[in-house]
Amino acid sequence: MEYLNIIFQESYKILFLLVPVLVSVAMVVWLDRRVWAFVQKRQGPNVVGPFGLLQSLADALKYIFKEIIIPASSNKVIFILAPIITMTLALIAWAVIPFGVEQVLADINVGILYIFAVSSLSVYGIIMGGWASNSKYPFLGAIRSAAQMVSYEVSIGIIIINVLLCVGSLNLNDIVIAQKEMWFVIPLFPMFVIFFISALAETNRPPFDLPEAEAELVAGYQTEYSGMMYAMFWLGEYANILLMCALGSILFLGGWLSPIDLYPFNLIPGALWLIFKILFLFILFALVKAIVPRYRYDQLMRLGWKIFLPLSLTYVVLTASYLFYFNLLPTI
Amino acid sequence: MIAHAIFFYVFSVIAVVSAIMVTVSKNTVHSVFFLILDFISISCLFIMIGAEFLGMIMLIVYVGAVAVLFLFVVMMLNVAQQKNQWFVSKDSSRHIPIGLLISVIIFFELIIVIGGWKYKPDLFNSAKSLLENGVSNTHSLGQVLYTDYIHVFQISGMILLIAMIGAIVLTFRQREGVKKQSYLKQISRERTEGVEVLEVASNKGVKIDD
Repeated sequence: MEYLNIIFQESYKILFLLVPVLVSVAMVVWLDRRVWAFVQKRQGPNVVGPFGLLQSLADALKYIFKEIIIPASSNKVIFILAPIITMTLALIAWAVIPFGVEQVLADINVGILYIFAVSSLSVYGIIMGGWASNSKYPFLGAIRSAAQMVSYEVSIGIIIINVLLCVGSLNLNDIVIAQKEMWFVIPLFPMFVIFFISALAETNRPPFDLPEAEAELVAGYQTEYSGMMYAMFWLGEYANILLMCALGSILFLGGWLSPIDLYPFNLIPGALWLIFKILFLFILFALVKAIVPRYRYDQLMRLGWKIFLPLSLTYVVLTASYLFYFNLLPTI
Repeated sequence: MIAHAIFFYVFSVIAVVSAIMVTVSKNTVHSVFFLILDFISISCLFIMIGAEFLGMIMLIVYVGAVAVLFLFVVMMLNVAQQKNQWFVSKDSSRHIPIGLLISVIIFFELIIVIGGWKYKPDLFNSAKSLLENGVSNTHSLGQVLYTDYIHVFQISGMILLIAMIGAIVLTFRQREGVKKQSYLKQISRERTEGVEVLEVASNKGVKIDD
C-alpha cells in the first residue's frame, strides 16, 4: 500500500511537470516562428487563435491524422524506436531542473552530470533514425550529427567544469544558490558565450543544423519520417532546446534567483524567474536562427575542436588558479 | 527493500540478457545497440549501490562517447555481412577456440578478483567507510583520487594521453595535392587584391589566368 502511495504521488508530480513542458514546447515553436518572421519582416503564423497562438496545436492535429509511412527496406524496430528515444530523452532530463528550493522532482547529488549524460544520449535518436531509414540522405545526416554532437559535448563538459570549480557541488540547487552574490555570467562571460554557441551545435540549431541541412540532405535524418513520428522528432528537438536554455540559465543566469534581491522582485516566485530566463535565452536562439547563415561542415568541426576546446581548457586553468590564489575555492 | 530488490533483478536481467544478445545477434549494428543497453543497465546498477558518480560517468563516457564511435565504425564499415560469413563458412571454427580461451581466462580472473574481495574483509570495509562522514560520493572519490592515489591517477592520465597521440601519429598521413583552405587568407582578402579594373581595348580582350 505504501509503495502504491509513493508511486501515485510521484506520477502526479511527473504529470504536473511534463504537461507544462509539452505545452510550452508547442508554444515555443510558435514563438520561434514568430521571431524568425519578424526579423525577416514577415508576419509568421498569425491566423489560428489569438496572435496565431494555437498554430502549433493545429499542426500537431494535422500530424496525428497523417499516415505513418514505414519504408519497406528500413529496419522497422529501430526505425520506430528512434523518435520514441529522442522524445523520451528530451523529457526525462527535466526531472532534475530546479524551479525553486523545494520545487524539484529529483534533487539528486549529481544533477548536472545527469543532464549532461542525458543530453549526450540524445545523439542516439538521430543515429538510429538515420541508420534505420536505410537511405543515403538520412545516413549522411546521422553521421554528421554524431560527429558534431560528440565534438561539442566536449566543450560543454569543460565549460561545466568551470562553473563547478566555483560551486564545489554537482547539485543543481547548490549551483543556483552559489550565484546569490553574483551570477556566473559576469566572471565567466566568455564561457557563457561559448556555452551558448555549443548549445546551438548540440541541439542541431541553425547555424549548425547540418544534420538536416535541406539544401544538401533534403531533411537529413528525418527524411523518411512522416506523420506522428516526424512530429515526435520535432517535439523532442524543441524540448532539447528548452532544456539547453534551462541549463544555461541555471549555470550562468542564476536559475530561479531574482536578479535584484529587493522587495518588489522578491514577490515573484522563483519558477517564474527561471521561465523568464529560459524564454530570454530561447529568443536569442531564435534570433540566431534568423540572422546567421549556415556553417560549412569543416568550419563547424574546426570551431569545436580547434577554438572552443582550447579556449575553455585555458579558462579552466585560469579559473582554478584565480580561485586558488585568492583562496576562494569552495569548501565542502 | 522489496522495491529495491525488484529493481535490482530487473536491471541485472536486462544487463545479462543484452550481454548475451551482443554476441548472439546476427546484425552487428544490433549488437552495438545491445551493448549500449548493457552499459545503461549497468550504470543503473551502479546508481543502485550508491555509486552515483560512477554510474553517471559510465553513461557519459561509454554510452555518450565510446559507443557512438563504435556505432559509427560499424555502420560505416558494413561489418554485418562479414560477421555473417564467419558463422556460415567453414573457417568459422578458427575463431571459436581463441574466443573460448579468452573468455575462460577472463572468467578465472573474475573469480580471483571476487574471491579476493570475499577473503579479505578489510577491502570491503575500506570501500564502505568513506561514505560515512556525510560527504557525497563525488567529494570522497575526489579526495581519495587527488591525495592518496595522485601519482597513479596522473600516470594513468599520461598513459591515456600517450595512447591518444600514438593513435594519431599512426593513422596520420600527409597527402599530396590536397587543396586546403586557409581561414586567415580568406578573411584577410581585400578588394584591392581580388578585383582589378582594366582598360579593355576593343577586339583584343583580356587574358586571364596566366
